[in-house]
Amino acid sequence: MSAFSLRRLLAVVRKELRQLRRDRLTFAMIVGIPSMQLLLFGYAINLDLRHLDAAVLDQARSYNARELVAELAQSQVFDFRYRLASPAELDALLREGRISAALVIPPDYERRLIERDRPAVQLVVDGSDQVVQQAARQLAAAPVGALVAPLHAATTPGQVEVVNYYNPGRLAPLNSVPGLIGVILTMTMVLFTAIALVRERERGNLEFLIATPLSPLELTLGKVLPFVAIGLVQTTLVLLLGRLIFGVPVRGALWDLYLAALVFIVACLALGIFISTLARSQFQAMQLAFFIFLPQILLSGFMFPFAGMPRPAQWLAEALPLTHFVRLVRGIMLRAAGLADLWPELAALGVFAVLLLALAALRFRKRLD
Amino acid sequence: MNTGRTSAGPMSAEPAGRGRGGGTRAVAIRARGLTRRFGAVVAVDGLDLDVRTGEVYGFLGPNGSGKSTTLRMLCGLLRPSAGEIEVLGHRIPREAEALKRRLGYMTQKFALYDDLAVTENLGFVAAVHGLDRAAAHSRVEELLARYQLTEQRDQLAGTLSGGQKQRLALAAAVLHRPPLLLLDEPTSAVDPQSRRDFWDALFELADAGATLLVSTHYMDEAERCHRLAILDRGRLVAEGSPRDLLDALPGCTFLVEGASPRAAQHALTGAPGVLSTAQIGASLRVLTDRRDATAEALQRQLAEAGLDAAVRATTSNLEDVFVHATRPGREAAA
Ligand SMILES: Nc1ncnc2c1ncn2[C@@H]1O[C@H](COP(=O)(O)OP(=O)(O)O)[C@@H](O)[C@H]1O
Ligand SMILES: [Mg+2]
Repeated sequence: MSAFSLRRLLAVVRKELRQLRRDRLTFAMIVGIPSMQLLLFGYAINLDLRHLDAAVLDQARSYNARELVAELAQSQVFDFRYRLASPAELDALLREGRISAALVIPPDYERRLIERDRPAVQLVVDGSDQVVQQAARQLAAAPVGALVAPLHAATTPGQVEVVNYYNPGRLAPLNSVPGLIGVILTMTMVLFTAIALVRERERGNLEFLIATPLSPLELTLGKVLPFVAIGLVQTTLVLLLGRLIFGVPVRGALWDLYLAALVFIVACLALGIFISTLARSQFQAMQLAFFIFLPQILLSGFMFPFAGMPRPAQWLAEALPLTHFVRLVRGIMLRAAGLADLWPELAALGVFAVLLLALAALRFRKRLD
Repeated sequence: MNTGRTSAGPMSAEPAGRGRGGGTRAVAIRARGLTRRFGAVVAVDGLDLDVRTGEVYGFLGPNGSGKSTTLRMLCGLLRPSAGEIEVLGHRIPREAEALKRRLGYMTQKFALYDDLAVTENLGFVAAVHGLDRAAAHSRVEELLARYQLTEQRDQLAGTLSGGQKQRLALAAAVLHRPPLLLLDEPTSAVDPQSRRDFWDALFELADAGATLLVSTHYMDEAERCHRLAILDRGRLVAEGSPRDLLDALPGCTFLVEGASPRAAQHALTGAPGVLSTAQIGASLRVLTDRRDATAEALQRQLAEAGLDAAVRATTSNLEDVFVHATRPGREAAA
């Protein structure tokens, strides 16, 4: 008998599909996770900061000062709820957590604008909130430079270009849906394969199977192949919902997108298989999957801009498959890039998949010990 | 004892124990110095084993005595820490893959898929063994009929009764007509009638020429084996046919009746010549270590303790053999 048999492989695939069909919960998750996440990220979780409670301490009381406040308010990053009369009030509000930031316009605002020797305005932020701090700092970099310059140069208030720097313009779904495909695939593919393989061991099926001619390759491939199809179905689902609900387009070639997704799915499955060789129980497999899921979500550039991360975090991110897929999928969907432009990312995913499969194969023995 | 031997097995197993050279071997399983350690635990300790072709060989031992570990090593699922194994002429674990086509293994825990129907499970096993669609279909039908699973054919395996599950597991283990079957406590979750039926099925397979190695902790099942090995804490402490083992018993067995068994047990435990005592219902079973121990001597000992009881000799059974073989301090004496 040959070492690899298509009949045995197909027998495992058929068995796996039958079991999947009867496993209502998994079946529901295959469709439920993508839909739920899409809606969550599209509507509820807004990664762009807006409507921060803020205060203004306007000591200049000039036309230009009022204009500045109006411009900033228009950006919707800040809601200036309080007009203050003294720095003491500002301190109190910040300490009580009633505001996240305060804009301080000094009495000599106009003079500072002209002489440009000192910061024209001050943005006081609540440093205890990392996210607010970061956002406000980015903003604070602008008023002395970009934001103030047009004010200074032109007499065309209301046409401040700089607002685009941080006005999210309600484009959140456009940015998050492509990356979301990667997040959903990471979440479901890694977890499902890891659990599916460990379950076989935990329920004792493996002890019988390894006493048969079934090879580890046939067993693993047979269990994993259905998930490739499921991954592609999930990709399609997110693309369709993204299109119908949020109008997210695919500007590049659909084929490129699916090819990238396919390679990424294989990489995720390889990761899942590898996890299954480490975990002794389904619970352990789940923990390990989440352990790897978190850094991917945080470092891949899906949530926070890659460029803003410290060096070591960037190196780590390069070693995560989701990072490369997020670049691929954003490039293809938003910038109409082709795989010809993005081949290094695709190659990275391929290398990742091959490496992990080899590692898993080394660890998988057709024995119980 | 041999009810199961009357029906000639319709199963057309291939002649057992045929080595790769084609010559018939007398020995199906041979192990020397077989040892397996799990950390500090020695699960199997220097086991020597010879199972002859065509026999039903029993592994008798309490939980934790190393039965499962031994079976797993014999079919190549676990590597021995030390020792040599040859099964059907294959050196194990090196040639385990070749053995897997000629071996049927029934695990202690039900190892088929609870969420697959009976026919789906068997169909899967058939495909794994390389049977094509038509061959698989006819073989599955044959097995359903033989093991009375026709009515349950579309039922999910997880919903079967204990006896039905065991029959399904046996059907899966013999599907590819292996000349050697390793069965790990196949009747542990089954009612007495199902156990008898199951053993009939095993003898049917043996009559068709298969070699069977069956582990059990039931004495009545051990009695039915052609030969058996008694395991205790990983060591083989006795081996032979049930008859030989009984004949080799150096002591005799007495039944103490009429007194409170607990009081009698208290009086006799540790008394000279008394190996062990076991309460059976309202009487006490006493195993002595000398053949010349008499009922009178025991009665005297009981009387000294103020107990008035009837003591009579009774025939020894495998339980007594087992107790004798595993008595404490045996290693020191041997
Ligand atoms: N995988 C394992 N890891 C650690 N110890 C084990 C393992 N398998 C068995 N043992 C130990 O080896 C001994 C023999 O176990 P086992 O072979 O299952 O006995 P039996 O089948 O006779 O009940 C027990 O003490 C058990 O705890
Ligand atoms: Mg056991």
